Amino acid sequence: MPRSRDRGYRVFLLPSAVLFTAVIVVPFLMNVGIGFTRWQGIGDPRWIGLENYTRLLADERFWSSFRNNVALIVAMAVVPTLIGLVLAAALFDYVGKKVGPRAAGVLRAAYYLPQVLPVAVAGIVWGWIMHPRFGALNELLGLLGMEPRNWLGDPDWALPSVMVIMVWFQIGYPVVIFMSGLQRVDPALYEAAEMDGASWWRRFWHITIPQIRPEIYVVLLTCTIAALKVFGPIFVLTRGGPGGATLVPSYFSYQNFFEKANVGYGAAIATVLTLVIIAVTVFFLRVQDRES
Amino acid sequence: MIRKYSVLVSLVVLAVVMLVPFVIVTLNAVKSPADYSSGGPLSLPSELYLDGIVDFWNRVDFGGKLWNSLLISGSVAVLATVLSVLNAYALGIGRVRGRVWILVVFLVANTLPQEALVYPLYYLAKQVGLYDTRLGVIIIFTVIQSAFGTYLLSSVLGRFPHEILEAAALDGAGKWRALWRIVVPISRPTLSVLLVFFFIWTWNEFFLPLVFLISNENQTVPVALGVLQGDKMMDATMSSASALLGILPAVAFFLIFQRTLTRGVTVGAVK
Repeated sequence: MPRSRDRGYRVFLLPSAVLFTAVIVVPFLMNVGIGFTRWQGIGDPRWIGLENYTRLLADERFWSSFRNNVALIVAMAVVPTLIGLVLAAALFDYVGKKVGPRAAGVLRAAYYLPQVLPVAVAGIVWGWIMHPRFGALNELLGLLGMEPRNWLGDPDWALPSVMVIMVWFQIGYPVVIFMSGLQRVDPALYEAAEMDGASWWRRFWHITIPQIRPEIYVVLLTCTIAALKVFGPIFVLTRGGPGGATLVPSYFSYQNFFEKANVGYGAAIATVLTLVIIAVTVFFLRVQDRES
Repeated sequence: MIRKYSVLVSLVVLAVVMLVPFVIVTLNAVKSPADYSSGGPLSLPSELYLDGIVDFWNRVDFGGKLWNSLLISGSVAVLATVLSVLNAYALGIGRVRGRVWILVVFLVANTLPQEALVYPLYYLAKQVGLYDTRLGVIIIFTVIQSAFGTYLLSSVLGRFPHEILEAAALDGAGKWRALWRIVVPISRPTLSVLLVFFFIWTWNEFFLPLVFLISNENQTVPVALGVLQGDKMMDATMSSASALLGILPAVAFFLIFQRTLTRGVTVGAVK
């Protein structure tokens, strides 16, 4: 890489330097600081050291919010990646070749459509479908002779229901990324494997997956981070309920900030969430580095 | 032959399952309440009934919400792209000292959860009179989106052909002129991807707009629809009307920007 050419370019960073300081750096440091205080949002914050953090470690709600978050990582990152791999390979290596690229394109668009919605709107759509009184899901299950349920209001069913919704929302993203990754795979690889009589599954396992490994990492990383930040669907669908069954760290901090006026505690939760996200990012980048 | 069709059939069935929620919401949004109570949520509407949508539109002043969303997303798209260009010009072409560290800062800013910024932002915005204003939200998202834009554009501009800039410098063009007359026009395809992504990402945002835009007349589409969930006035058909009104703009943008989006979705994957 060539060395620094010219100092005259520095001035172009000035607007960002000012704005980033005001909107990101200062607020982030303030949040870390507030995490060491007891504060209601008015008056003066009182320094209490690590008390919020020791309280967090003993708080069952805090732990269950992270357990629920793991479930959402499964629903938003792991399951969509697995399904997305199979779908992308089937569309690329099967439909695209045997039926035609148009058909593959139409199917891909159908899988992708939920992704274009604001995630809060996706929640609204499903909140309606799963509504205990007037939703379509219970009606449909009734036709099949199944019991109606309050899907989002039942502590046993709320989290699985949210998980299903998030799988529906996320699937399109890995399909599109993986299909575009497959475009750069040399078709000769597939042809040679087919000539050797390799089955579809063998081609999937030995060609598709290794060839789009970088895309798999990107999808897993971005979807895991998205799952750790998930807020909109929880706010719209369940508000963390019933009885904390769908509480996630993001919503937990929001509650403490704006509903309970436990600002210090909320800030501590947000700081822990930040650390978890940074740790996950570093972990993924490390693994990816070692692989390549 | 049978295998070929069984794979295709299962893929088509899955596609239908993915689309069912859209169809069912649309069906019930254009159904009259009487029609709904006699036929239930799965029946076809006996006639096209748009009063539910119109009613909902007027009651929440949906036109105003659309305008807020357009204003906020449009401004953020333009401002964040400009900010990204300025940063990337200094980092990618100017290669200022410490650029690697500066890029790391942008990258970290890009992964920070908004939860870790929200309370101080809320507090500071109240101090300077930007709380519950669209301008406050525009400023915040301009900075957040430009963190990603800077990161992406710096690597694109890092490969910018330097001969062109050197030729311009010989002709006496200053850095500012070279940026707007040469770098920006040549990078247009990447910039249009950024514009579209920033617009849609900002449109879809929920958390910070929910906290910042508490008064009705400032709310964006997702926030207005989100806070109405569980409201007493929301009966079956009106709920589906609200869902449909949330879906329509998003699908419209997808269709309008489809080309740019498919070109950019792999680029956006870095986010």
